[in-house]
Amino acid sequence: MIDLSVRIGGLTLANPVMPASGTFAEGLDKVMDFNRLGAFVTKTITRELRAGNPLPRVVERPGGLINSIGIPSKGVPYFLDHTLPYYQNYRPPLVVSISAPTAEEFAALAAELTRPGIAAIEANISCPNIEEDGKAFAMSAASTEAVVRQLRAATSLPLWVKLTPNTGDLPEVARAAERSGADALVVANTILAMAIDLQTFKPCLGNIMGGLSGPAIKPIVLRQVYQCARTVKIPVIGCGGISTTEDAIEYMLAGAAAVQVGTATFIQPAAMIHIIDGMTKFCERREISRVADLIGAVLTEESDEIELAWVAPPR
Amino acid sequence: MSSKRPVSLVTAGQATGLDLPGSDTPRSDTPRSDNPCSDKPCSDKPCSDKPWAPTVVGEIAVVVSNASVNAEYHHLIVQCGTASAAAAPGQFFQLLCPHTEGAHPFLRRPMSVYGANPERRQVEFLYKVTGAGTLGLATLGPGDSIDIMGPLGVGFTFDPELRHIVAIGRGAGLATLAPLAKAARANGTAVTAILSARRPELLVSVELFGSQGAEVIAATDSEGTSGPANIERVLRGLIDEGRCKAFYTCGSSRLLRVQQRLAREFGIPGQVAMEQQMACGIGLCYCCVKDFNVAGEIVQRRVCWEGPVFDMMEALP
Repeated sequence: MIDLSVRIGGLTLANPVMPASGTFAEGLDKVMDFNRLGAFVTKTITRELRAGNPLPRVVERPGGLINSIGIPSKGVPYFLDHTLPYYQNYRPPLVVSISAPTAEEFAALAAELTRPGIAAIEANISCPNIEEDGKAFAMSAASTEAVVRQLRAATSLPLWVKLTPNTGDLPEVARAAERSGADALVVANTILAMAIDLQTFKPCLGNIMGGLSGPAIKPIVLRQVYQCARTVKIPVIGCGGISTTEDAIEYMLAGAAAVQVGTATFIQPAAMIHIIDGMTKFCERREISRVADLIGAVLTEESDEIELAWVAPPR
Repeated sequence: MSSKRPVSLVTAGQATGLDLPGSDTPRSDTPRSDNPCSDKPCSDKPCSDKPWAPTVVGEIAVVVSNASVNAEYHHLIVQCGTASAAAAPGQFFQLLCPHTEGAHPFLRRPMSVYGANPERRQVEFLYKVTGAGTLGLATLGPGDSIDIMGPLGVGFTFDPELRHIVAIGRGAGLATLAPLAKAARANGTAVTAILSARRPELLVSVELFGSQGAEVIAATDSEGTSGPANIERVLRGLIDEGRCKAFYTCGSSRLLRVQQRLAREFGIPGQVAMEQQMACGIGLCYCCVKDFNVAGEIVQRRVCWEGPVFDMMEALP
């Protein structure tokens, strides 16, 4: 029996696989058994009602997808009346993704959502689609620190902070989030991107720019997870182009304590379940009893230590 | 020339989740009131361990045939599992289209159901090659496999009392309306199908409606019969004769406007199947939203999830 459980701050997950915010909704219960997931992560909610961005909101590119959905949100009362009760029928913990325009409003929303039935807050301080030119709190260490400090003071729930891959100084931002009280980091949101239609000479997206996701970004975000995981002590949750078990394992080796799967669900709606099943098989094949042993197990220097021999068994 | 895409793990026939067309699983359950540990955040939360079975499946279907029906349209028939073959008129599938040399579609492509046959476990699609996805579809031959996901969305519904309906479509909308013919007959409902296209040889679904006993009225640009004024004249005639108790439509904003006007004038209900660019197809991503007028208020709905079939009077053409 392989132990798939992982600990993320104060929270124990039955397995390391959960959806990326914005790529999950109730409709998926037609496709998969929700009770098999490591956690639920909701679409980002905001206090204000938001219509979202102008259409078109998505465009595909080789190996990926650029989106500028722009966080349509029905507000907090709708969430409390409908979404929150719905997930109480299932076993996995509910992580609620939130966003707000200012640090104060972020904190107020976190406080409002600190209530039974919610297991953790994921602060989306990195959406590239709601501010001009993809600006977001997570672009700099200073603004990250400012918003995370207020969030930390506002909630007793485990606080996950979702970072942006669009900053040139991700490790510094990661450290800023950690010292401001984050319990875990989610690395990362989408990569600011663009596409132009050669028929019309117009941008392919109504919002001109959007966020790139999918297999195309995996090596970049994997590197960023590695960089973050080696500089902070809190868990890092990997998110970027994970479609297969192999992708998920690679992220864990790079230092991820858990993974989020997003765009892959659009292509194979049961991708998360396939990844969970594949993790068990992978561990069995490699005679690894705990999936948590994979976290950060990448070998970056030559080693002849006997206890590391299991990472490369004879076939 | 076509390279195969990554595929889902379910193969045709393995899918077990048989669901009746249109019978959705509840979209929001009532919360458990007896939650004994609601003050605890996580893993010991009570939960329903109800047996779970899929009602939407991603599965590998096998191509039975894929032939062109006229200068523009191809007719694809695939062998599939029981859940897929139970698709209702107006529902759709998300097809993972084969890659070709010049085109590598990343997302699935939504394709409305042209026909579904639970006995033979087959589902049919009618498509025109317009882009990367349909280019790939056209390369499929008998025996090839294709990853299909569905049935998705909310389809057309029939009041059991309904005796006479008008189905009006144009272009790709004709394919979406086609399965209405069989469903209406099963409901004991007579159909007048007004099928519109640029030229007579591009009309599809004519024989299909005819074979189910529907009266077909062709309207084409080349014959000058497809304009809104002529369609309105035809519709007023049908209304006078008591043969238009509901509108079922897809594929034309102009004709939708005509029907909405007549629906208001005569108090006739209607259903419209909407088209929109999609990514996930199952309500996750909110890329396929459209505005609807619901009792004077503009609301956004997801075409893939709240639709693709909507109350005709709420649609904004």
